[in-house]
Amino acid sequence: MPVRRRGPLFFAQLAFTMLVCAFLIVPVFLSMLAGLTANYLEGVQSGLTLRWVGEVWAGYRDTIFFSIGLALACLACTLALGIPTAYVLAKRQTALARALEELLVMPVAVPGLATALALIVTYGGAGGFRTHWTFILVGHVLFTLPFMVRSVLAVLIAIDLKTLEEGAASLGASFRQRFFHIVLPNCRSGIVAGSLMVVTLSMGEFNMTWLLHTPLNKTLPVGLADAYASLRLEIASAYTLLFFLMIVPLLVAMQALSRPRARKFRVAEE
Amino acid sequence: MISDTIKPVSITLERCGKTFADGTRALEPLDLAINAGETIVFLGPSGCGKTTTLRIIAGLENPDAGGRVLYDGADVTPLAIEKRNVGMVFQSYALFPNMTVAGNIGYGLRIRRSSKAEIDARVAEMLAMMRIEALADRSIDQLSGGQRQRVALARALAVRPRVLLLDEPLTALDAKLRDALRLEIDQLLRRLGITAIYVTHDQAEAMALGDRIVVMDHGRVAQVGRPRDIYQQPATRFVAEFIGTMNRLEGQVRDGAFVTEAGSIPWPDARVGVTEVLFRPEDVMLSDEAPKLEGTVTASFFLGDRTRLFVQAGSGQPLALETSARRDFRHGEAVGLRIDPRGLMAL
Repeated sequence: MPVRRRGPLFFAQLAFTMLVCAFLIVPVFLSMLAGLTANYLEGVQSGLTLRWVGEVWAGYRDTIFFSIGLALACLACTLALGIPTAYVLAKRQTALARALEELLVMPVAVPGLATALALIVTYGGAGGFRTHWTFILVGHVLFTLPFMVRSVLAVLIAIDLKTLEEGAASLGASFRQRFFHIVLPNCRSGIVAGSLMVVTLSMGEFNMTWLLHTPLNKTLPVGLADAYASLRLEIASAYTLLFFLMIVPLLVAMQALSRPRARKFRVAEE
Repeated sequence: MISDTIKPVSITLERCGKTFADGTRALEPLDLAINAGETIVFLGPSGCGKTTTLRIIAGLENPDAGGRVLYDGADVTPLAIEKRNVGMVFQSYALFPNMTVAGNIGYGLRIRRSSKAEIDARVAEMLAMMRIEALADRSIDQLSGGQRQRVALARALAVRPRVLLLDEPLTALDAKLRDALRLEIDQLLRRLGITAIYVTHDQAEAMALGDRIVVMDHGRVAQVGRPRDIYQQPATRFVAEFIGTMNRLEGQVRDGAFVTEAGSIPWPDARVGVTEVLFRPEDVMLSDEAPKLEGTVTASFFLGDRTRLFVQAGSGQPLALETSARRDFRHGEAVGLRIDPRGLMAL
């Protein structure tokens, strides 16, 4: 590439970008730093410590694992429900399919509190369901499903699914073979994008979970709210720090999964 | 030569019509016998039912109740495409982006649970046949249009299909590549001796490839015949005008000649009562000897080896003709025309 002289505009844009980044990142960084500071009121001069992180780990470890477990269960449900739904919606370009597609987005538009209340009013009295962790899962699946369906559907519509499937069928592939050999691999980018959305949304969901949670089934954001409301700022910040440590590797791992590998000729794989 | 010969099948369509769910009649009930090893071309403008017919033969569409598709006399109507052992090539290629070129070509054999060694051997053979060995490990998005269609052909043929179905395979390619690949497909089909059904809206493609052409219009068969018959003896006005260029003059038959307002054309075997005559540009010659048609040049295009002229003779459409005369033609210049009586047609 030829070396181009960079004009003042370039540096102005760079400065603006850096400023926006700083605006977004500095609070995160400060919050994480607060979690490592011995005494926040005195500032960093008071020294750095892992004491708060330790206290959070001891007291709130369960909420972290509960949140991760919940997010993964939510992911499993949205994959199982969302991919077939997107597939059917992509194949049927009827008015009914379009209406269903719109209807699916409702839980995102309706405030989470309203959805949660509706769930409690409707199913709150159903035996042990109200106190079971799957009660929260249902709420999360309702909320995150449209994100999975949408991102998979977008890819399916873009790849001329019908002709690809007809091509596979002409070569002898049954419906099942077409779905697993052709449909799934070719909407992988949509599945990964949807999965990232679902996991992050489920991990961070607060509105709905605040109403649905019970003292035994507390997610990380709900615990975080407790910590902010009733404990020292350092503990709340250490909690945030732990949240990052948990979620960042998870997201990086999922991104890595999505990277298309060099595809070699593979045979006899079912 | 291909290591194994495919035993070609004959295909019979019996009363195959198609009405879509919204009530549109895409295809009027059609009867057609396709001989084993024959290349048959369905030709017509878009919406004429040619692709629907191909999809019924393939098993991608069901004919309306009462219609039957037979391969070698055996009824395959209830079988879905995956059970019919056909090879299909699509206009949009339909190659799988999640597999390499070799993966695409080997897919049909993988479905048939052939051994890895068998698949590798067949894939290598197909790559060599289409002369794309170097592309084996490429991914599909690294290929040009022509390369993609070669891979699609190789993929369709790798499974040793009973019939090869091609749905406008060259339409997405540019003109030069289309000509080259058309020649290659022609040689391939002759060499394999496979029954092939080819759909196109391009009459030059149809003439070049088809043993027989089925011209279709508005869901009906307009004419079935060898390319030469269709060109020289069109059965309907639609066929006459769809295939090649056709000139038209109005007038009356009188004393062994067709008399028009621009002059008369000798026509020994004219039928009495004919009021319109059709003829091809190649049967029109410039001539100053009587009897002749008189007209004026309205346009001329120098094509190098010849000149295409449009001549206004009488009040109808200008007549098209070609001449190899080594001279320029001026707009408005008066010329005389003679028409070979063997090329005159009445419909």
